[in-house]
Amino acid sequence: MKDAEAAVSTVGLTRDFGSFRAVDGVNLDIPRGAIFGFLGPNGSGKTTTIRMLCGLLRPSSGSGRVVGCDIAREGEAIRRRIGYMSQKFSLYDDLTVAENLTFYAGMYGLANAKRRERVDAMIALADLRGRERTLTGALAGGVRQRLALACAIVHEPEMIFLDEPTSGVDPAARRRFWETIADLADGGATIMASTHFMDEAEHCTSLGLMYAGKMLISGSPDALKRELTVAAGKIWQARVPDSIGFLDRIRAFVSGGILDAYIFGASVRVLACGARLPADVAGAAAWEEREPTLEDVFVHHVRSSAGMEGQRCDA
Amino acid sequence: MRRLRALIVKEFIQMRRDPLTLAMLMLIPIVQLILFGFAINTDVKHLPTVVFDQSMGQESREFIQSLSATQYFDIRGYAASYDAIRRAIERGDGVVGIVFGPDFARRLARRDGAAIQVIVDASDPMSASSAIAAAEMIGLRKSAAVVAEATGTGMSPVYDVRLRPWYNRDFRTPYYMVPGILGVILTMTMMMITSMAIVRERERGTLEQLLVTPMRPWELMVGKIAPYLGVGYAQLTIGLLVGRAVFRIPMRGSLALLYLLTLLFIFSTLMWGILISTVSKTQMQAMILSIFGFLPSILLSGFMFPRMGMPTVFRYLSMALPLTWFQIITRGILLKGVGLESLALPVIALCVLIAVFLGVSLFKFHRTLD
Repeated sequence: MKDAEAAVSTVGLTRDFGSFRAVDGVNLDIPRGAIFGFLGPNGSGKTTTIRMLCGLLRPSSGSGRVVGCDIAREGEAIRRRIGYMSQKFSLYDDLTVAENLTFYAGMYGLANAKRRERVDAMIALADLRGRERTLTGALAGGVRQRLALACAIVHEPEMIFLDEPTSGVDPAARRRFWETIADLADGGATIMASTHFMDEAEHCTSLGLMYAGKMLISGSPDALKRELTVAAGKIWQARVPDSIGFLDRIRAFVSGGILDAYIFGASVRVLACGARLPADVAGAAAWEEREPTLEDVFVHHVRSSAGMEGQRCDA
Repeated sequence: MRRLRALIVKEFIQMRRDPLTLAMLMLIPIVQLILFGFAINTDVKHLPTVVFDQSMGQESREFIQSLSATQYFDIRGYAASYDAIRRAIERGDGVVGIVFGPDFARRLARRDGAAIQVIVDASDPMSASSAIAAAEMIGLRKSAAVVAEATGTGMSPVYDVRLRPWYNRDFRTPYYMVPGILGVILTMTMMMITSMAIVRERERGTLEQLLVTPMRPWELMVGKIAPYLGVGYAQLTIGLLVGRAVFRIPMRGSLALLYLLTLLFIFSTLMWGILISTVSKTQMQAMILSIFGFLPSILLSGFMFPRMGMPTVFRYLSMALPLTWFQIITRGILLKGVGLESLALPVIALCVLIAVFLGVSLFKFHRTLD
């Protein structure tokens, strides 16, 4: 049964641009109905991965299946069933809101009655009622983003790829956007969205962290945080007057009981091995134990992958 | 079909949103036809002429009168030396110099090769050849008259060459220039417009969005072409109306046939633009590539220079230009009044060009971004 299959699954997905390996052996397994957050710094290979899954780029090696179809051989079938929104919000500026929607509805072959119904629903979804006849070029960034999403899902795709959908959009618009995404997932769609906003990652049911073309870790947000405390240690936080100078002193203990130390707002945070801080560190400030955030997870994995700090608690 | 319709509707809307471009497309044929139709004349008359007459007799004066009666020569002045003629031509005051020797009258009386030197400024070959032809003709005609008088045989020559210029009896330049310019305008506007079409979507990022839809490449190409077939026909109609009203160009053949065959020409030119758009990475590249194709169209198509005069290689090259075949079609139908049976070759050639442009475009169009 095809529909019982995962929405996205890849094995060793790899893409080279000349001698540069943009995506390096990525394995993905996204169940249907998931909101998969794709995290990673700029240039880590998120866009390239999404483009391969949408059939916009051919993999150099490895294989993948999207909505049960092979990405190398069944591109046509995949295209009918997925929606894709690029980070550029590719809309026609010289068409109106309604014309853009009608155009994309036509490109997916929707019949007249169905087309009108879906265009109308998408105008409601993007909250553009009354602005149907506005030229798209005159819309503000957040509105363009909602319209771009509406155009990408006008054909009711079962799988939606969003490449940095909230870049250049204000926080209120971002929150609304994620509400829409949650609605779509409730309706049964699977969503894969790349982002580098940590607060957005909290909206996702599962996460994948990409760095330098490799998938470092994946799992649900809670599991990733738990995994950090189990594999590494506890997070301690202290407020100190001269945080930069203090950080320099604390850093001396890295790989001596401390895995990582970094500025967190006006405070300093430390990821320590085991249940306790080293005695010298513990006496230096008034430490409080904190729950790890996704940023802790993210920074820890990126740094240890880059070999910047002591990676393991050997003691 | 729904996808194709969506693409065509979108192109029409975008065309309507840019009325300035559309208006220019309609104005170009009017302005260019009037400009070039009046300006270009290959039958060069009234060439400024300087005379150095050392004979100073009635005979030389009479010859000069015959020359100016042809309207090819405007006698601008008399020079006192060879040097004066040279200076006049160098300054551009004259393009023709006529020199009679001191013994002109005496040798004419003896029928002993009375020499008339005709100096022409051949840095402009077209005006030079007009002057040469006219001067030679006057010389021959006057010689014949003298011989006829002497022998008493009357005026009828032994070899009686009778010229019958078919289709354009008076050698009126606009008759072939106007349809030619029309083809040039269509080539230029059609090719440039579609050469921008796909690469513009690529630059704006909308092509990426189109590529994730189930769209097929040919649908995109036909969608881009269809609205401009209409624009091409509008230009043709405007051009023919101007040609008829202003230049009285004849329309001897079937207009319906002309409109039918023009479809092949416009389609092939639009497809050529699509091909350029497919292989270009930026709009700038597309622009330069279309100029690269446009110049040979003007120079090699037979619009300005007869293809018969070209080396074989270039004659073959000119067969790859849609404009070459359109010249044959327009001259054939408008001036000669021929029917489809005489135009089989251009029709086949245009069909082959369309197939080649379309085939290469589809082959070169990538469904992916790499």
